[in-house]
Amino acid sequence: MQHGKYRFIVGFLVFPLALYALFVVWPFIQSIYYSFTDWTGLSPDFTMVGFDNYTRMLDDDTFWSSLQHSLTFALLLPVVVLGLALFFAFMLNVGGRGRKGAAISGVRGSSFYKIVYFFPQVLSIAIVALLFQFAYNPNSGAINSALSAVGLDSVKPEWLGDPKLALWCVMAVLVWSTTGFFVVLFSAGMASIPKDFYEAALLDGASRFTTFFRITLPLLWDTVQSGWVYMGILALGAESFAVVQIMTVGPGGPADSTNVLTLLVYQKAFRDGQAAYATTIGVALLLVTLAFAAVVMRLGRRERLEF
Amino acid sequence: MKTTETPPPADTPPPADAVRTRPAVTKTAAPPDKESKTGGVLNVFSHGVLVIWAFLVAMPLLWAVMTSFKDDKSIFTSPWSLPDTLHFENWSRAWTQAHMSDYFLNTVLVVAGSLAGTLLLGSMAAYVLARFEFPGNRFIYYLFIGGMSFPIILALVPLFYVMNNMGLLNTIHGLILVYIAYSLPFTVFFLTSFFRTLPTSVAEAAIIDGASHTRTFFQVMLPMAKPGLISVGIFNFLGQWNQYLLPTVLNTDPDNKVLSQGLVQLAVSQGYKGDWSGLFAGLVMAMLPVLAAYIIFQRQVVAGLTAGALK
Repeated sequence: MQHGKYRFIVGFLVFPLALYALFVVWPFIQSIYYSFTDWTGLSPDFTMVGFDNYTRMLDDDTFWSSLQHSLTFALLLPVVVLGLALFFAFMLNVGGRGRKGAAISGVRGSSFYKIVYFFPQVLSIAIVALLFQFAYNPNSGAINSALSAVGLDSVKPEWLGDPKLALWCVMAVLVWSTTGFFVVLFSAGMASIPKDFYEAALLDGASRFTTFFRITLPLLWDTVQSGWVYMGILALGAESFAVVQIMTVGPGGPADSTNVLTLLVYQKAFRDGQAAYATTIGVALLLVTLAFAAVVMRLGRRERLEF
Repeated sequence: MKTTETPPPADTPPPADAVRTRPAVTKTAAPPDKESKTGGVLNVFSHGVLVIWAFLVAMPLLWAVMTSFKDDKSIFTSPWSLPDTLHFENWSRAWTQAHMSDYFLNTVLVVAGSLAGTLLLGSMAAYVLARFEFPGNRFIYYLFIGGMSFPIILALVPLFYVMNNMGLLNTIHGLILVYIAYSLPFTVFFLTSFFRTLPTSVAEAAIIDGASHTRTFFQVMLPMAKPGLISVGIFNFLGQWNQYLLPTVLNTDPDNKVLSQGLVQLAVSQGYKGDWSGLFAGLVMAMLPVLAAYIIFQRQVVAGLTAGALK
């Protein structure tokens, strides 16, 4: 029996684990090693160079501006997205006109809103980015023509062409595409909070807005926190890569005003033939991601409320 | 009254995107003095805000559908006007000349292969990790889970050369293997906790009746785990269907492109070909099946995508 058990365990684990080790774990270990070499990626030869890549990185202006943009995304996006999502979810669940004597009720048609809000979540971020690239087009894009239509002909920003605006344009697209998911997520969480809590609070004279901060938010905190970490990892990683790479000029421009760490790694490795330096920036990105997750988990630690 | 000073919840510094929703918020945000009226005013206010966001979400999508039926000239001269006639030829041009049919086929092949592989390998690993005690169990579990929070791009630089050496670069089967490997962390995480919730008595009964562990897994446990498999399957389906970063780095052969990168490729090349209407038709073509599937399987999709975050 024991013998059969171990054979079974090994038999079931060997394929998933081998695949995972070969394509995920091993490359991660390799890239940390490569960050101490002068490997170009074009030829198999390289030598160890110690911390040269790291000192070079600290003197690299593009690295610092990319880091700054990535950090802006990681810090601001979760706040904006989760804030909007909590607000909409609260409106969906509490904004109703107290039918049938219930103290608190959802708005009419809340399931319709949830269906529509969730649309961007099922679309590829590449499609979303392409769509908005057109909308932002300064001459024939949907946004500027809408501005003309309402008589704002003089205000026609260059959007993605303006170094001051481009980063915010990209961020707006990320807000657009991720908010709906969290509305639905928080809405499900809010629906599971017992109605008596609200009824008791309202009877005691609390306003609906007070109930949000005193009842809803504390009971939803675990979900908010994991959403925060999830959103930050997205903003630092694959999601920001797609929007910046597809939408911006350069990509990463104009004048490096939108470059993010993920894109910089990609460019250094596959455009400039500096694979070792690319992995160095990747290691920096890894450290930023881990630090972000640790800080959010630490700051967000609250007593867990059971209900 | 104290309550009037409480700011509305999401009144954080305005995001660039919400600029248009902002005026509506500030105008109607003032809570009324009389508590009895709060319900009504709040109701109007919440409907107002909710409608604005619904509009902001739906507008770009409707605009894309509309644009895909227009000719190139009117796309540029009047982006908001309705199409003069429905130019269905945009769609057929996109399907054939712009290779949308090839991109669809490649995507279907890759996603079919990787989804089946992910579910099979993921459930095997998760079952063993959830139900059997052995040295190294926790280590392997956290090795899988760790993959969820690491930036993928860091691994992609060496992975590109690993794949190149193995002859897997720019091949469909290579891409399938990579998709499976990168989907495993979440799948294992999700299914491990799912297998833990299943009762042990049925599996024990099967073992006592003489079934092998392997047979117990495939004939008893997998059917019981169906709801979990559906959730995680939907999650992985959407993630793999919409994947952009992995194919962009590892799959650069024009013949093997998947939908997302094919569309980007199309957008770049339309820059000088000037077939914008064809590109919009391609975009909408890629968008509609997923949206349609979502509307039909709405409940399952939402459950599948939010299941992981609620754990």
